[in-house]
Amino acid sequence: MYLLALKMLLGDRAKYIMLVGGLTFSSLLMTQQNGVFQGLLSWTTSHMRNMRASIWVVESRVEQVNETKALRDTDVNRVRSVDGVDFAVPLFQGVMKARAADGSDKQVQLIGLHGGTLYGRPAVMVDGDISQLRVPNTVVVDELAAQPTRLGAGLGRSLKVGDTFEINDREARVVGICKTERHFFGYPYVFTSYDQALQYAPRQRKMLSMILAEPKPGIPAEEVARRIAAETGMKAYTVPEFERSTVAWIWRNTGIPASFMTTIILGFVVGVAVSGQTFYSFVLENLKNLGALKAMGAGNGLLAGMLLFQAITVGVIGYGLGLGLTALFGLAVAQSGQPPFKLVPLYLVQTFGAVLVICVLAALFGIRKVARLEPAIVFRG
Amino acid sequence: MTPTASPHADGAVRVRGVIKTFGVGDAKTVALKGIDFSAAEGELHLVVGPSGCGKTTLLSVVAGTLDWDEGDVSVFGTRLDGMGKGAVTRFRRSNIGFIFQQFNLIPTLTLVENVSVPLLLNGAGRRTAEEKAAQLLKQVGLEGRGNKRPTQLSGGQQQRVAIARALVHEPRLLICDEPTSALDSATGHQIMDILSGVARAPGRCVIIVTHDPRTHRYADRITEMEDGRVTRVLDGAALGEFVSMTH
Ligand SMILES: Nc1ncnc2c1ncn2[C@@H]1O[C@H](COP(=O)(O)OP(=O)(O)OP(=O)(O)O)[C@@H](O)[C@H]1O
Ligand SMILES: [Mg+2]
Repeated sequence: MYLLALKMLLGDRAKYIMLVGGLTFSSLLMTQQNGVFQGLLSWTTSHMRNMRASIWVVESRVEQVNETKALRDTDVNRVRSVDGVDFAVPLFQGVMKARAADGSDKQVQLIGLHGGTLYGRPAVMVDGDISQLRVPNTVVVDELAAQPTRLGAGLGRSLKVGDTFEINDREARVVGICKTERHFFGYPYVFTSYDQALQYAPRQRKMLSMILAEPKPGIPAEEVARRIAAETGMKAYTVPEFERSTVAWIWRNTGIPASFMTTIILGFVVGVAVSGQTFYSFVLENLKNLGALKAMGAGNGLLAGMLLFQAITVGVIGYGLGLGLTALFGLAVAQSGQPPFKLVPLYLVQTFGAVLVICVLAALFGIRKVARLEPAIVFRG
Repeated sequence: MTPTASPHADGAVRVRGVIKTFGVGDAKTVALKGIDFSAAEGELHLVVGPSGCGKTTLLSVVAGTLDWDEGDVSVFGTRLDGMGKGAVTRFRRSNIGFIFQQFNLIPTLTLVENVSVPLLLNGAGRRTAEEKAAQLLKQVGLEGRGNKRPTQLSGGQQQRVAIARALVHEPRLLICDEPTSALDSATGHQIMDILSGVARAPGRCVIIVTHDPRTHRYADRITEMEDGRVTRVLDGAALGEFVSMTH
């Protein structure tokens, strides 16, 4: 009977296409918007993956990695003296104006790494040698910064090792090109030594943005972070903690999640409305047939099962198509990385769950109607 | 559930003192006013009477598709009153075949699929069901058309498909409401021929509600109704007289 139920629905081309189309659109909207949202959220924590430090020590009011409140220089030593800390280094982080060869100003994310260890350096170098940062007035830029539209402007090509540009009127000579994960602010990364960063940045009383620390082997980072916080009064986050805190900050302080959630909920509502409406009219149009089946001895359970089976089948097809389209979108934007995009398996499963909920809701309207149907109606002309 | 064998031939269908009321207050209609009715095995039994006299209501009660207020109904010795809804549904599924005025074939399914529905509902496998369905289609003269759809057929052909569907699971009781009234005269006779041939078998009972006097001559017995009551039951010589009078 279930096979025949499917044939009944498939035979009604217009409704079938409407149902699958509605569910595809709804799935697409939900997965694609969630993908962009997750991508955007992951951009907010890209510092952590670009610098790969185990423990991030910040001023006590700082809740997210993109926010800086300056520390005193002496704070580095206070962290170093905490039991369980293998080493701790200063980090400078700030948005600076850089001047390309054509004289145009470009915003960059300047990172000053501890000159001795270069702890926090990018994982992948495309060209050049990062240890050259120990030479004065040198920088390593990421591929984004090197683009002809960014710091390559005026050269007619990408920035290369050996090229120079200016940061706040001081010369910066490129000694390396690296790969980075894109940052939320959209500014490219420029790495230099901590001391050099202080030269580039406008003079202020306190210049230390953060302290990066590594626990001694065998001691969990959480434990060491807890000790640092307790002993210094600063905040110390492990990577997962800082990621969580950053994402939570975005949820609390920006309208970004709300606007994405609105679209996602809209996708859900559209799904319920379109498929519920279509399915209900399918049931209404087939009421006589369903009544005949009922007279012939199909029970409410079987008919409900048939309607659910129909609804879930179109749901699975719609979700599959929606996910497929989302994946195509993902592939299309993967090259440029714009807009950000990240499919999180858990959310895909949840979206599938949401689509099933839509289908069950749609089927329920019909099931209610069928359950109340008197089989005797088939005798009435 | 296996219905207990009826003790005598008159016991295929027995209705005693059934009252059925629709609506409440001003809108209240008493469709059946304490009706008695019976039909025998091996019999083609017509129910006739003016429009609105309660024929369809009686048929629905006998078929177990409609609840009634008072009285007893038994079909092949099984009491339908006091039986749970689920049990009635199961009883109907295996013991009753239906033929409707509007055929009620499912338009998106093929003829074979339509005819196999009662077997599938009774738990048969798809292969078995479709083989049996093809056999039945052959019996009603639609051999080789199993893959067509109902909309590709004439009304008479569709009603033949409906007959095949009503008989495919070999029910003991066949219930037909106005099976010929949507058909022209010649086709109506064809359908009645099939019904009196294929459907009337030993141990089976066929009840037909009809407005159509052309069907009277196929009857073994006729129950005449008026205003929710039985006015006459005709058989033997009285039946012959009635048929020639109304013809
Ligand atoms: N579902 C219902 N709700 C309210 N009244 C009903 C319902 N079904 C039937 N009736 C009423 O019950 C009475 C008997 O109806 P029924 O359909 O049994 O008559 P019938 O003899 O089959 O008529 P016809 O020859 O026109 O088909 C009529 O007065 C009808 O209006
Ligand atoms: Mg009627």
